[in-house]
Amino acid sequence: MKPFTYERAKTPAEAAAAVARQPGAKFLAGGTNLLDLMKLEIETPRHLVDVQDLKLDRIEPTSDGGLRIGALVTNTKLAADTRVRRDYGVLTRAIVAGASGQLRNKATTAGNLLQRTRCPYFYDPNMPCNKRKPGSGCAAIGGYSRQLAVIGSSDHCIATYPGDMAVAMRVLDATVETVKADGTTRAIPIADFHRLPGDTPHLDNNLEAGELITAVTLPRPIGGTHHYEKVRDRASYAFALVSVAAIIQKDGSGRVAFGGVAHKPWRVEAADDVMTQGAAAVTAKAFADARPTDDNAFKIPLATRALAATIAEGRSA
Amino acid sequence: MMSEIEISRRGVLAGSAAAAAIAAAPHVEAQPAKALPPATMPVSLTINGKRRDLTLDTRTTLLDTLREHLQLTGTKKGCDHGQCGACTVIVNGERINSCLSLAVQHQGDEVTTIEGLGTPDKLHPMQAAFVRHDGYQCGYCTPGQICSAIAVLDEIKRGDPSHVQADLTQRPQLTSLEMRERMSGNICRCGAYSNIAEAMADVAGVDVKEMEA
Ligand SMILES: Cc1cc2nc3c(=O)[nH]c(=O)nc-3n(C[C@H](O)[C@H](O)[C@H](O)COP(=O)(O)OP(=O)(O)OC[C@H]3O[C@@H](n4cnc5c(N)ncnc54)[C@H](O)[C@@H]3O)c2cc1C
Ligand code: SF4
Ligand code: FES
Ligand code: FES
Repeated sequence: MKPFTYERAKTPAEAAAAVARQPGAKFLAGGTNLLDLMKLEIETPRHLVDVQDLKLDRIEPTSDGGLRIGALVTNTKLAADTRVRRDYGVLTRAIVAGASGQLRNKATTAGNLLQRTRCPYFYDPNMPCNKRKPGSGCAAIGGYSRQLAVIGSSDHCIATYPGDMAVAMRVLDATVETVKADGTTRAIPIADFHRLPGDTPHLDNNLEAGELITAVTLPRPIGGTHHYEKVRDRASYAFALVSVAAIIQKDGSGRVAFGGVAHKPWRVEAADDVMTQGAAAVTAKAFADARPTDDNAFKIPLATRALAATIAEGRSA
Repeated sequence: MMSEIEISRRGVLAGSAAAAAIAAAPHVEAQPAKALPPATMPVSLTINGKRRDLTLDTRTTLLDTLREHLQLTGTKKGCDHGQCGACTVIVNGERINSCLSLAVQHQGDEVTTIEGLGTPDKLHPMQAAFVRHDGYQCGYCTPGQICSAIAVLDEIKRGDPSHVQADLTQRPQLTSLEMRERMSGNICRCGAYSNIAEAMADVAGVDVKEMEA
């Protein structure tokens, strides 16, 4: 690990300014992703601004009947919240399908949104990777790509966003609230938060340098049955090959987002519109522009089957 | 050796967004081209009921603090990347992977390690149950398994939901399925899983045979 200096910020504005002011500075929340990457020298911050004292650890109702989740609320606390379990079950289900109990105790809402890809070549500093080292090439294209993206990828990067929680937030139309170094705030719809790789795969999301996530808000509950179906190589403590976050209404209509398939949680409005026609109709729309590799083409029929299972579960609920 | 190239490349690639944000901040400091010398900081934390005051390199993990600075070698290092659970300790009542946490993040925290749970003469009930049910072979994963097992029973008692729970609005039940799912962050290379599950069931006061049914 490279040496770094460390400080604890007291307010969100102070934290944002501290990161913006110092070249190579980064926020530190739970540390479960950042430290992992620092040990491998994939991340080499020279200064860490620990955000644990910012008091962003509450879940509060919003004036329009939704919930505001502080950036530092842990995955364990968010999944266990009675309002989330009752009204946003897809979110609890997605969180408890991820990582392990130990990791969820430390993982924060903001840190989870910002976790980096699990592309094996990104993790191997001996291999070319445009995300880790812009311009160095992409070892995954033509390499081992079983876990990687089938849609929204580019000739520069075919990595996936690996997380579960954000897939549920995408189906819930959540909003990410931030504060910048100059004190201005903004609200970013989750659909616009993560980026597609294009020719800038080193950028995972649309945050600016030093921009701090303060909260994620959920709109008022929309009812329906809530599902998170995660398909992986072992039954627990593994990243998704494909996941399905869905909310299904009594009449069979609904919405769905897919995880493990793209550089961001994947949701296509035209696919939501055909939910009543069954899983195959939905994935035909959602994956219309897919560009899978030979290794990962299986993900598309797998997504259809996972969604079919989800729809069946919704019917029997 | 890599660092000079690495840092100057990063500086160049920081690009317009970073430059804009830096320009907006009040003080812009020139970026030194050399790697910084290791920084140290004072850290005070309570470990197994005893206050410890240390001065540590900021890079020191909680795991290395325990093992290398305090000679509390009961907590094990398996992977050092959050993938095995051997380093599990209980911090402020919650189990965490001590390998993925910096000591400086734990200023003022209360840490319980396997050494703090019981002694050879006076075992913690979970330690005694692991002995009774043969919940290990080589023993390397065992301190982490025991810390996790104790925390898991607390989490079920508290009503935290899990991946295997059918109805999220209900309280979780003390079943084998629940315990196994919640223990998935602790890998055992020797495959002592079924005996670990029996030890946990014993401490929880549930009938293993009935549970398997
Ligand atoms: C073995 C293993 C298995 C895992 N399995 C899964 C899984 O199955 N599913 C899943 O979804 N995840 C999984 N994870 C990932 C885990 O969920 C993340 O590591 C965790 O959510 C990160 O949260 P954190 O608070 O620890 O983030 P940190 O590591 O502290 O930070 C991550 C990034 O976010 C930035 N950051 C943190 N807070 C803020 C803020 N407020 N504003 C702006 N930037 C911020 C940091 O600078 C850093 O770049 C796994 C991790 C491990 C190690
Ligand atoms: S797919 Fe993306 S992350 Fe993986 S090697 Fe290629 S550029 Fe790097
Ligand atoms: S050593 Fe910490 S999880 Fe393996
Ligand atoms: S007892 Fe040997 S690794 Fe678990």
